[in-house]
Amino acid sequence: MSEKTANRKVVEGSYAVAHAVMCCRPDVISAYPITPQTHIVENLSQMVADGELDSEFLTVDSEFSALSVLIGSSACGARTYSSTTSQGLALMYEVLYNVSGMRIPVVMNVANRALGAPLNIWNDQQDAMGARDAGWLQIYVEDVQEAVDATLQAYKIAEDAQIRTPIMVCMDGFILTHVYEPVELLDKEKAREFLPDYKPADILDPAHPKTFGAFADPSTYTEFRYQQFEAQLKALDKIEKVAREFEETFGRYYGGLLDSYFVEDAEIVIVTLGSVIGTIKDAIDAMRSEGKKVGLLKVRSYRPFPVQALRKALKDASVIAVIEKDVAIGGEAGLVTDLKASLYNSNIRMPIIGFTAGLGGRDITIKDIRKIVAKAEAARKSIETEFQFLDLRTEIL
Amino acid sequence: MKEIRLHGRGGQGSVTAAEMIAVAAFEDKRFSQAFPAFGVERRGAPVMAFARIADKPIRIRSQIYEPDYVIVQDVTLLDVVDVAGGLKPTGKIIINTDRPCEALKLKTDAEVITIDATKIAMEILKRPIVNTTMLGAFCGASKEVGLESLNKAISERFKGELGKKNLLAIKAAFERVS
Repeated sequence: MSEKTANRKVVEGSYAVAHAVMCCRPDVISAYPITPQTHIVENLSQMVADGELDSEFLTVDSEFSALSVLIGSSACGARTYSSTTSQGLALMYEVLYNVSGMRIPVVMNVANRALGAPLNIWNDQQDAMGARDAGWLQIYVEDVQEAVDATLQAYKIAEDAQIRTPIMVCMDGFILTHVYEPVELLDKEKAREFLPDYKPADILDPAHPKTFGAFADPSTYTEFRYQQFEAQLKALDKIEKVAREFEETFGRYYGGLLDSYFVEDAEIVIVTLGSVIGTIKDAIDAMRSEGKKVGLLKVRSYRPFPVQALRKALKDASVIAVIEKDVAIGGEAGLVTDLKASLYNSNIRMPIIGFTAGLGGRDITIKDIRKIVAKAEAARKSIETEFQFLDLRTEIL
Repeated sequence: MKEIRLHGRGGQGSVTAAEMIAVAAFEDKRFSQAFPAFGVERRGAPVMAFARIADKPIRIRSQIYEPDYVIVQDVTLLDVVDVAGGLKPTGKIIINTDRPCEALKLKTDAEVITIDATKIAMEILKRPIVNTTMLGAFCGASKEVGLESLNKAISERFKGELGKKNLLAIKAAFERVS
C-alpha cells in the first residue's frame, strides 16, 4: 500500500529535483533552458520569483556562460547550481575543466540526452559519458526519488574540504525528468541539518588577495592534476559515508558506490547505470522464477570509478553483461571499457560482453533484457563476446 | 499491475489525463506512474501518454505495448494510429465518438466503449476539451481509480469554477458508462 503524507505525493521528476535544489539553498543558480532539462530550471525560476527560494537566478546567453558565472560566484563563497543536457553540456566542455581544475564544487543535474547530429532530443547517456574525464564526480540515478536524494547528497560530497570537486547528478532525460510518480519531497529543515550552509576556507576576497586557476607551468601542472586524482579517490569513501548519513536522517539508501540485486548467487551479472535498472529488476524477477541465476549490479558512482568495490562484487560471477546507453565510436563504450580495465589486474577472469542500447531514446524492454541474458549464456561458452549493438534495426541499414 | 495507454492530439491534455490517473490511484493508496510518449510537441499531432497502477512500487520504465485499457480522445486518430494495437483481449478501449461501436470497425477482441465526450464537454465546459470527461468514462468503465479520488485529483489541479465544471463533466461521463 502506498501512503500519502504531507511530503509524499505524485509529482513530475523535474519538479521533485527543483524542490530538492531549493532545499539545498544555493546562493546562485545559472542555467540555460534546453529540452529535456527545461522543467527543472522553469520550476527553480518560479520558486525564486515566488520568494520560496532566496537565490540569485542569473539568466545568461548560453551554457558556456551559465557555468562560467558559477565559477566566479563559487570562488567568492557562494553555493551554486546548474543543470543542462546534451548539446548544452557539450557547449560547456571548456568550462567543465576550468570548474574542476579550480576545485569549484558546482552541483549540476544532467538530464541525459543524445547528442546531434542527427538532431535528437531523446534520452541516452552519450552526453555525460563524453565528459567522464573532465574531473567531475558523476552519480547516475535510477528513479526520481534517488535523483532528489542524490542532489542533496551531492552538495555534501562536492563541498567537503577534502574533496572540493564538482559533481554531476545524471538522470535520464524524459524517462525521469518527465515521469509522474510518488516521491517523498525533502523536508526543508531536515535538509538544512543534513547540509549546513557552505563555508569554504578559501575564497576570493579583496582583503586577502589570492588567485584561482591562474597558471601552472611544467614544474607544477602535474601536481594539480594529481591532487584532483587524489580527491576523486577520497570521494570513494565520502560517497559511501554520505549515503549512510543520509540513510540515518531520511531512511533511504541506494548503495553508495554500487547497489546490487540478486548478485550474491548470480551466474550472469548485468552491470549498468541509470533508469533502465527498474526494467532490469522486473526482468530478473521473471527470469529468477524460471530458475535463471541472473543478478544486477548498479554502478551509482561512475566517477570516481569504484574499482575495488566492483572487483569484490563481481568475483564470483561466471559471465558479465554490461548494458549502457552510450557508445565510444571507434572503441567500445564507457562503462564496459572501464570495467574490463578494472578487472584486468586482479585474478578475476570471466567473459565480459558489452552492449550499447537505447541510443537516441530507443525504448529498452524486458524482451531486450532477456536477449542480453541469452547472449550472455552463449558467451559463457565464448561463442560471441565482443561488444555489440543490442537493438540494431538491420532492416533499415 | 494495470497499464493504460492514452491517445490524443497535441493540445487535448492527454499527458495531464495520464497524470490525473496517477494522482487518483495514489489517492487510492496504490502505486502509480504516468509519462508521455516523448515526442516533439506540436498542437494537433498524434500524441500518446501512459499510466500504470499497481499494488507494489512500479519499477519498469519501458513504454506500454500491451495495455489493459486504451483511451482515445479523438476518433479521427483511428485513421492514422493503430489505437487498439496490443490491447489485451480482456481489456477495454474507450473512444470519444458520436458513432456506434460497430461503425468504427476496430480490430480488437477487447470490449469497445464509445462515449460522446465532445458533446458532454461542450454542454458543461462550453469547450471541446474532453480529457476530464474521458477520465470520468475511464473511471466508470474500469473502476481502476475511485471516483472520489479522481474528483480530488481534478479539484487540486483545476481550481474554482473550472474545477467544479470538470467534476460535473466527469460525473456525466461516469454515469453514462457505469
